[in-house]
Amino acid sequence: MRRLATLLWLLAVLLAAPATAAKLDEALARLLDDSYGETAIAAGEIATSGDANASAILEALADNRLQFSAAQKLVAITGKEGKLANAATGAVVTAPPADLTPVRQNNRVRGAVQEALGAMTLLSPDPAKRLDAAQSIFKSQDATKLSQVEAALDGEKDPRVSLALEAARAVILLGKADAPQTARLAAVVTLKQRGDQSAIAALRNVPADAPAALRDAANRAVADIEKGLAVWRIGQNVWYGLSLGSVLLLAAIGLAITFGVMGVINMAHGEMVMLGAYTTFVVQEVIRNAAPGLFDYSLAMAIPLAFLVAGAIGMAIERTVIRFLYGRPLDTLLATWGVSLILQQAVRTWFGPTNREVGAPNFMSGAFKIGELVITWNRLWIIVFAGLIFIGLLMALKYTALGLHMRAVTQNRRMASSMGIPTARVDALTFGLGSGIAGLAGVALSQIDNVSPNLGQGYIVDSFLVVVFGGVGNLWGTLVGALSLGLANKLLEPFAGAVLGKIILLIAVIMFIQKRPRGMFALKGRAVET
Amino acid sequence: MIARTFLTDDRRSAIFLGLLAIAAVVVPFCHLVFPPSSLLHIGTSSVALWGKYLSFAILALSLDLIWGYAGILSLGHGAFFALGGYAMGMYLMRQIGSRGVYANPLLPDFMVFLNWKELPWYWWGFDIFPFAALMVVLAPGILAFVFGWFAFRSRVTGVYLSIITQMLTYALWLSFFRNDMGFGGNNGLTDFKDILGFPVQAPATRAALFSITAMTLMLCYIVARYVVASKLGKVLVAIRDAESRTRFLGYRVDAYKTFLFTLSAAMAGIAGALYVPQVGIINPSEFHPAQSIEVVLWVAVGGRGTLVGAALGAILVNFAKTTFTSGILAPYWLFVLGALFVLVTRFLPNGIVGTFFDVAADTRSARRPAHAGSTSASGRLREAESEAPLK
Repeated sequence: MRRLATLLWLLAVLLAAPATAAKLDEALARLLDDSYGETAIAAGEIATSGDANASAILEALADNRLQFSAAQKLVAITGKEGKLANAATGAVVTAPPADLTPVRQNNRVRGAVQEALGAMTLLSPDPAKRLDAAQSIFKSQDATKLSQVEAALDGEKDPRVSLALEAARAVILLGKADAPQTARLAAVVTLKQRGDQSAIAALRNVPADAPAALRDAANRAVADIEKGLAVWRIGQNVWYGLSLGSVLLLAAIGLAITFGVMGVINMAHGEMVMLGAYTTFVVQEVIRNAAPGLFDYSLAMAIPLAFLVAGAIGMAIERTVIRFLYGRPLDTLLATWGVSLILQQAVRTWFGPTNREVGAPNFMSGAFKIGELVITWNRLWIIVFAGLIFIGLLMALKYTALGLHMRAVTQNRRMASSMGIPTARVDALTFGLGSGIAGLAGVALSQIDNVSPNLGQGYIVDSFLVVVFGGVGNLWGTLVGALSLGLANKLLEPFAGAVLGKIILLIAVIMFIQKRPRGMFALKGRAVET
Repeated sequence: MIARTFLTDDRRSAIFLGLLAIAAVVVPFCHLVFPPSSLLHIGTSSVALWGKYLSFAILALSLDLIWGYAGILSLGHGAFFALGGYAMGMYLMRQIGSRGVYANPLLPDFMVFLNWKELPWYWWGFDIFPFAALMVVLAPGILAFVFGWFAFRSRVTGVYLSIITQMLTYALWLSFFRNDMGFGGNNGLTDFKDILGFPVQAPATRAALFSITAMTLMLCYIVARYVVASKLGKVLVAIRDAESRTRFLGYRVDAYKTFLFTLSAAMAGIAGALYVPQVGIINPSEFHPAQSIEVVLWVAVGGRGTLVGAALGAILVNFAKTTFTSGILAPYWLFVLGALFVLVTRFLPNGIVGTFFDVAADTRSARRPAHAGSTSASGRLREAESEAPLK
């Protein structure tokens, strides 16, 4: 799109070449007079000439690199490398004239040059630069720029830029007491269509001495915009909620399967997340030192590694500690808490207690806007990532032998065992899988959270919340639990504040557990204990 | 009469109570009578430190009561401890009067700082000691009663119960951090001056607080021992080992559990109230879930379901913690703590005291005494039951 616009612009320049060249020559001729007044006028004319060299000439003038020779009627630019070039044609000057002197400037000329350069960016061939220029005028509400804005608006082809220019013009007109009433009312309409926070600010800035009709129109427009913005704000909160929900899902899903299969609450689950994040850190360190060019692939490399590291440590924990505590879920809880303390302290000793810097690859940084909705790429990718893991796990449970065994053990351990399912092996693998997924969660969280030894601690209560709320019957419970808690949290925040919102949520879940002691999606069974 | 039953047929209780009684007299005596230069002198910091350990012992005892005898693993017992502590802290705050930094006779410093104009209603009455003392028991007691009433009636058990108790203390932790709550926010309550007219820092007050803590521990132990030795205690053990079976036999399981949970919470509140004047501060960190889990470790180390073991475990672990964290080994304390969690659950499920008495009982005779036998026999029962699906 942008390339096409540039092409069109180039075409327009080429077609208009003879005319612009004449205008530029006329302006350059003024410089030969060596008078401040003529130079100032020339600066403005160069800017509006539309010549491709115009901005280079003005920049050279501002930098004191523009020289002229009255004898040869030549204006030349000393290039940044010291070469001399004809300002009008860009051709290299091989034999510098003897009377070459710099174009002199005083403050008036400097002001004119700066203004001309500002107008130049409004006419810059790069639409992004034009957009920036238009927006900075919109913000500064600089009334002196009105004529430039209008001039730029005439030739503008890019719809986004012309929208920004119109807004800029509207803001200026709104504050201009001598502008015609109809134009000012039209400006209100323009701003209302813009419909964002800055439009509200501009509309509130209508001078108190403005006619009552204008002020009324502005006030009504503000009210309308605010109504629209409120809807957007809810949308934004829903987005934040989805984002938080996906993070909760990542953190809790591994916990949910180990809890479902083994009846074991793994208090060291948060530390598996932390290990995943530190794996990402280590991978990035290695890449930074060995092959900086591969940095954008660091996360792709960290994903399998984090899974393996966390999964292996998880299996080791299962084999050395948890295996001996079957049938004693509360003891397991304590033992895994001990493991979590050891892991935390180990990481603290190894990597230090401070936050570690984990960078974002290019495709994950930045944000884009849909209407008034700001969507950051890293959050979007994390949602996608969480979704993929969820689907992958769902598939694994449904179509693999291990998945079948896991479901069987979840439903009835003794019966599964009687049918020849190696429950001990299933336990070990489940624990490894759950921990591995926690490691994956760590890779994702390293992008949005501080990578410190305490990373896991921050998520452990939240992931319990999701698991007991969702129930362990199936993964959908975890999904629904994570998303609804994420959404509820973010939708409560604007009213109650972050902390109070969380407290309300905790109490709500505690009360919910009273109604459904085994969570939302509990496994149905006929045993007494279920 | 109760005391006689213990002292005659329960050597463990006799030794425990005897040692506490001696400590309650000897420690203050050594602190006050001998000059600091003397070998027999016990320093101010040691008295406060051991007083703190004893208040932790009361907390551990209260947890052992529900975990060891009813199988309720509370991961939020620190909340009741902290509530009791805050009740006491509020009384001590009111005693500061106009001696605060802002010299406001009506409001505690932090309220002046927050620009509050009058005392919030929930601070009313805390300048009267009996009211505050009542609150020490009532605040955690009522919370535990309401919480337990709902949770036990809905038959929330096992891991689920542990997790919602953790959520409870987490929610309180977040709440007490808020300045708007009116409990001093992040900084909590501190800079205490007087308790019942005696300066908190004075050696005599410290000695007296130590004695009172030791005696309270004795009293709590006697109450706990009485509860578990009674018929009620037998039903509780039955609930711990086979809850559904007990319910089918016609016992109101939820009522038993709620009673015990409330009693235990009140006890934890008293422990908190004794802790605050000796340590000189109460802040939201006491509510932190990690704090509550540590309490569970004390009980596990000492031996759950033994009462004496819980108290002993609290003292041992905290002594080790102080020793470790004050030296060059400080960074390694978490390794030790973590290893303790793992090793005790793995190799010493009955804790130090429980294992010791099991071994002693085994060597003495094949027939085990009722109280020691119950822990290991119950282990087998519990395992059998948890083989049921989805436990």
